Amino acid sequence: MRIGIDVGGTNTDAVLMDGMAVRGGCKSPTTADVSGGITAVLSDVLSRTKASMTDIEAVMIGTTHFTNAVVERKRLLEVAAVRLGLPATKGLPPMVDWPEDLATTLGRHTFMVRGGHEFDGREIAPLDETELLRIAGEIRARGLRTVAITSVFSPVTNVMEERAAEILRNEVPGLLVSLSNEIGRVGFLERENATIMNACLADLSAKVVTSFRQALRDLGITAPFFVSQNDGTLMTPEHVERYPVLTFASGPTNSMRGAAMLAGTKEAMVVDIGGTTSDVGMLMHGFPRESAISVDIGGVRTNFRMPDVLAVGLGGGSLVRDDGRRIGPDSVGYEITNKALVFGGDVLTTTDIVVAAGLEDIGDRSRVRHVPAATISAALDTMHRMVDETVDRMKTSADPLPVILVGGGSILVSRDLPCASKVIRPENASVANAIGAAIAQVGGEIDRVFSLEGTSRDAVLDGAKREASERARAAGADPATIGIVDIEEVPLSYLPGNATRIRVKAVGDLAVR
Amino acid sequence: MPRTLDRTDLIDLALGAAFLGTGGGGDPYVGRLMVQQCLDEGLSVTLVDPDELDDDAFVIPTAMMGAPTVLVEKIPSGEEAIHSLHTLERHLGRKATATMPIEIGGINSTIPLVVGARLGLPVVDADGMGRAFPQLEMETFGVYGIPAAPLVVSNEYGESAIIRSDDNRTVEWLARGVTIRMGGCAYIAEYAMSGADVKRTAIPRTLSLAIRIGRCLREAKAEHRNPIAALLALLPETLYSYGRVIFTGKIVDLVRETRNGFSLGRMRIAGNDGHDGAMDIEIQNENLIARVDGRVRAIVPDLICVMDTETAEPIPTEQLRYGQRVTVVAVSVPAMMRTPEALAVFGPKAFGLDEPFTPIETLEPA
Repeated sequence: MRIGIDVGGTNTDAVLMDGMAVRGGCKSPTTADVSGGITAVLSDVLSRTKASMTDIEAVMIGTTHFTNAVVERKRLLEVAAVRLGLPATKGLPPMVDWPEDLATTLGRHTFMVRGGHEFDGREIAPLDETELLRIAGEIRARGLRTVAITSVFSPVTNVMEERAAEILRNEVPGLLVSLSNEIGRVGFLERENATIMNACLADLSAKVVTSFRQALRDLGITAPFFVSQNDGTLMTPEHVERYPVLTFASGPTNSMRGAAMLAGTKEAMVVDIGGTTSDVGMLMHGFPRESAISVDIGGVRTNFRMPDVLAVGLGGGSLVRDDGRRIGPDSVGYEITNKALVFGGDVLTTTDIVVAAGLEDIGDRSRVRHVPAATISAALDTMHRMVDETVDRMKTSADPLPVILVGGGSILVSRDLPCASKVIRPENASVANAIGAAIAQVGGEIDRVFSLEGTSRDAVLDGAKREASERARAAGADPATIGIVDIEEVPLSYLPGNATRIRVKAVGDLAVR
Repeated sequence: MPRTLDRTDLIDLALGAAFLGTGGGGDPYVGRLMVQQCLDEGLSVTLVDPDELDDDAFVIPTAMMGAPTVLVEKIPSGEEAIHSLHTLERHLGRKATATMPIEIGGINSTIPLVVGARLGLPVVDADGMGRAFPQLEMETFGVYGIPAAPLVVSNEYGESAIIRSDDNRTVEWLARGVTIRMGGCAYIAEYAMSGADVKRTAIPRTLSLAIRIGRCLREAKAEHRNPIAALLALLPETLYSYGRVIFTGKIVDLVRETRNGFSLGRMRIAGNDGHDGAMDIEIQNENLIARVDGRVRAIVPDLICVMDTETAEPIPTEQLRYGQRVTVVAVSVPAMMRTPEALAVFGPKAFGLDEPFTPIETLEPA
């Protein structure tokens, strides 16, 4: 059996899973030390399900802890940001376009060194090792404990980042090193930003991983534990300690994957309707489709592998106007319990509409008796049309897909949707995040520019698939279960030899014991 | 009056340049940050109206050449284009009194601003494409008799090549070869000309136009007005005087391929909101031609801009996706881009299209 835990800003949730069956789920407030909340919720779920410690094969944890630390600018280390790319890249120094307060918190210790590669693997310049030795002295003198190293086109070849790491580690014993090729893809500033953010979390990641370990030990759980990353796959505790930034935005991914498991499908659209918005994401082979657009975290531009989620201003608290023809995007939000008509307020919301239509029995029904039938009917039409259009917009083909409805606002959808093959409302949806963590798999990815000249596309793709599978195996996947889940080819304009950027992702089940 | 640019102007410029890029030209983000960096250092960017240039002013345009996909990874040193300009000055034995964009669409709207700020040179508020085009010879400068050569192409080392040929297409072809050796992205100075030649051959006031377009879209959104309607209302005050929404709908098919270094593609948009049938748009880096049920509705060099219906953001061709709700706006280009000489260089035939150029005013009368 497996345990899935979701450590959120407010609540820590836990589920016990037996294969794909949910044996039980609990919630408990998140505590400042993290481990307290985990211990509490785990004790609860174990006593309710009467499971024995020895039945537990693995524990999977999802957390927003690291994202929150950056957003709140708390518990962050000062970072040496080392860039390999001179004489190129000088035009925009590291941390350009960062919010001033975050850059100041991290100390703006930026260094630029000769090095880096071209798109085809040639060197821009040989690595300037003498300059790195000087920088090592600066790092010691300034008392910095963590370094972010980013080299131009390191997703094509990582040799310079590795060599620079070796030099700095030799010179500064105990230095914590983050390498950009382990974190991001092509897109220099975004990858460098993510690497610097990773480096500033080095202390916190060690503490959080220790407290996870402590909480499990206190309960006598000896099974290995893993942490979920933003693409819905797992990392070992050792990897999380080094690359905490990869947990950013794992929440939406876990929630979507959890919903899919509950609904029993791998190809679907997940619609999470909250109080203010509906967030729609697409699952392909059980994984969220990833966004191609840059994502801001704490005001910093990154290119993380984030689920592509489209939000539309429709939730349980959305305002209804124009006799039901216009809804949202504004919402009464958390004030729904005193502003909506059925709760004694004076604002006509979507929740009032479903009560007036007799579809739900919430609050005081008599307070919506005056709403005209034409308004109710128009508002229901508008709400369904909004969901249907958003789902349709996220689809990658015209074929109908099942739609999984989760979230407190899912009561708004009572009819079939024209774009959906069926509408599924799973049980246990409130702990979908923890379930998503529990069922996470192990992945490997490559993302690189290939020249298709003098070789065949198939040969290049086969090589890329092999490499991605090998990475999944190295990360702990059971080789017998590894499969390719995503292939993306983007031809690059103006370059010779039909240069093509190829991204391949492989995943497999965690090899337990 | 010369005008200096501030931070908001740069944000507006990036948005307007993306609109004028008609799907191509590269994301202006890196270029915008480089100009912003200059402002943060206390430097300034001064625009000069072409009408205010002395006839004997000496203008050297500057630009990036190559793959925008490389530029986002191999950030420039910021000195490459300056080096090209200086090398060309030495070669010609004459100092530039201003620089100028060759292409207002996309990232190349920003490169001359960096050069101008660093060297204290004014930037002429004009360009030679009036939009984005895939090749260097597709310039009104060349159309009206200014040779592209001598052209200087430089890398981050300040290494450079001087290219001379009487044929602008040959200049393009040779420079592209050098660009690839330089890592797929390099920086050029070319089409050196006098102030009198700028007035005769450049499309005037396109930098300030891009800023106005960006500002118009931004302000309309902030004030909850319809941004696309606001934009169409602005156009009659400009040289791009005629704009129409030619289609709205949803992208239902999208095909891409690369041939000879160009991103080719085709999208199909199923109509809604009173637009029947389906629109097909052909792409060669930029949007080239829009047809509805086989009938041409807009054609290059007129602008065909695909915008997100909800956010009114122009969508670059590499970010097009199935399911997007889009509004297609077609805009007339200035008269000097529609003469027989101009169409011979960047009209439909130059892109291998069989259809003749027909102005948007004729295809979509008011």
